[in-house]
Amino acid sequence: MSQFLQVLLSGLATGAVYALVAIGFTLVWQAAQTVNFAQGEFVMIPAFFVLIGMNWLGLSFWIALLFGLIISVLVLGLAFKKLIVEPILPHGGITLIIATMALGILLKESAKEFYGAEAQPFPAMFPGDPINVFGAVVSLRDLMNLGISLGIVVLLTLFLNRSRTGRCMQATAQNPGVAEILGVDVKRMVLYTFLINAALAALASFLITPVYLAKFSNGETLGLIAFIAAIVGGFNQIRGALVGGLLIGVLDNLTATYVTAQYRAALPLVLLIVIILVRPQGIMGTSEGRTV
Amino acid sequence: MVAWPAVTATAKAADTVKLGMVAELSGAGAPSGTNWRDGAKLAVSEVNAAGGILGKKVEMSEYDTQTDPQVSRALVQKAIDEGVIAIIGTVYSGSTMVNMLVAKQNSIPQFVGSEAPAIVEKGNPFVYRTSSGAQKGVPALTPFFKDTLKAKKVGVAWVNNEFGKGGRTVFLEEMKKAGIEVVADVASEQAQTDYAADVAKLKSANPDAVFVYMNQEESARFLIEAKKQALAMPLVGEVTLTEAKVIELAGGAANGAIAHVGVTATATQVPGIAAFAKSFEETFKRKPTHDAIKGYVGVWATKYVTDLVGKTDGEAFSQKMRGLCLKAADYPKILLDTCWDDRGEMSRPSFMVQVKDGSPVVIGTVPAN
Repeated sequence: MSQFLQVLLSGLATGAVYALVAIGFTLVWQAAQTVNFAQGEFVMIPAFFVLIGMNWLGLSFWIALLFGLIISVLVLGLAFKKLIVEPILPHGGITLIIATMALGILLKESAKEFYGAEAQPFPAMFPGDPINVFGAVVSLRDLMNLGISLGIVVLLTLFLNRSRTGRCMQATAQNPGVAEILGVDVKRMVLYTFLINAALAALASFLITPVYLAKFSNGETLGLIAFIAAIVGGFNQIRGALVGGLLIGVLDNLTATYVTAQYRAALPLVLLIVIILVRPQGIMGTSEGRTV
Repeated sequence: MVAWPAVTATAKAADTVKLGMVAELSGAGAPSGTNWRDGAKLAVSEVNAAGGILGKKVEMSEYDTQTDPQVSRALVQKAIDEGVIAIIGTVYSGSTMVNMLVAKQNSIPQFVGSEAPAIVEKGNPFVYRTSSGAQKGVPALTPFFKDTLKAKKVGVAWVNNEFGKGGRTVFLEEMKKAGIEVVADVASEQAQTDYAADVAKLKSANPDAVFVYMNQEESARFLIEAKKQALAMPLVGEVTLTEAKVIELAGGAANGAIAHVGVTATATQVPGIAAFAKSFEETFKRKPTHDAIKGYVGVWATKYVTDLVGKTDGEAFSQKMRGLCLKAADYPKILLDTCWDDRGEMSRPSFMVQVKDGSPVVIGTVPAN
């Protein structure tokens, strides 16, 4: 029983971080009706911004985190929207998707060239001291990862549903034309979405890199798992990204413990196929109507 | 007029010998490969300062395998096509298993950092280790499990690649011979990031000690998770577990880890190793790993043996290597008295190391076997 609880809690903690990354897919989809295939690299890069802040600029860890967050929002939010999304989107969604793939490669190779191919240690925001929870031993860091991720989803949901800005963002996501007629500053709302996505990616980076270690190739795994989590949960629902992320995190650990560890990498893909066959809109997703 | 550049090039070529450094400079094996490369680079600069090989300056080209066996095979062929007299690499056993056939077909000597038993069991007369293989290193741990730890039941956590499979197979055989029960046998994938399930399984099996046989990054992630789940039993590895890079990545989670290492830069009681470690730190501004020492020894062994042969001839080199012993007193850059058998397997004294306060400390020596 303690082993089950151990694996469950560990899976939830990892899955919560997957969820943060998956939310990014959902937000960008809502804002630009496109898939950002550089999302994994968006999570890999902020850790390197922090390391640059600490090792090159001599900042303390917490100041470097703030530095990393600000740079991430500027580069992965503002610059991404202004320099890539805005110029390319008029040429079609597929063109933009290809551009994000290229961006992912660029970010990955840049990190490798700039900081080296070796993994780098990354300090944790919270101590890793073990805590006994009904016989299972988890770290304070895992509990904080889980708590922060769930808290962010709750806050984001409240912001989108209860605040005026959030409702304007939702209106923009659903129908930008009508939203503009109703007086919503559509461009500003879309910009907010990209900034929030960048901030979430940075936060996910800060939470998961102490375990993953800072490495240029981290985005490959993270991006794929989060993409699948977003589809499994429902690509058009933030709650769906949360459910998808947690589900994959827990199932991955349970499969590796009780079935086999050798095919754990295939699990998300199996889950994806099952969900697409059974419920194409995802567990929490809603069907989107289409006029032909 | 046209012939002049060609004559110059020929003259230049005659004054140099080329080495092909083929290693994992990116991908999962980058920590091993980059250290291997830097150790080799240091050796090349020293060899040149000492007059080169056969009195000729050494040039070493670098080839990045990206930790991909098929790429490594192509690069070994490329290096040979470019006229190298020896291949220095690769480190990952999965790559060496594939590319050593190319060197063999071309009768080019190859010094490798790989430790999978199968490499020297293939009967390739042109491949030579720069550290003992798992079939020599892992058995050196058996007395430690049996007599020092007095373990009755053990767990094994290993990475599912050629290196990991080789070490795990030898370990299981050794435990069977020693009458120690293996109660948990946990495989993980190369470049795996989440070790929660692996550690939970080991914890649940409650062995007296765990044998950890993984590459650097995987070892570090495993140690971090082991500390997170408060895995209480001793964690004992072969080669990588107490390496400088692992300690850097795992931080405090590496404290207490024990490993048998063929050669370690912390063995500063050996004058050659102390001089190497000092020189490496001054050059690269970081501590050397055992892979760096292996790369260093590979280049120096190439120099010593080629000078002994008196010409750059792969067949003659291969003949000379069979049963060759180089004593550190006569060949100081070989660092420790070293012998190779007729399969290219290496024998030399080795060390037991434990991480204490973030540093690997030699806690014992193991005689050559």
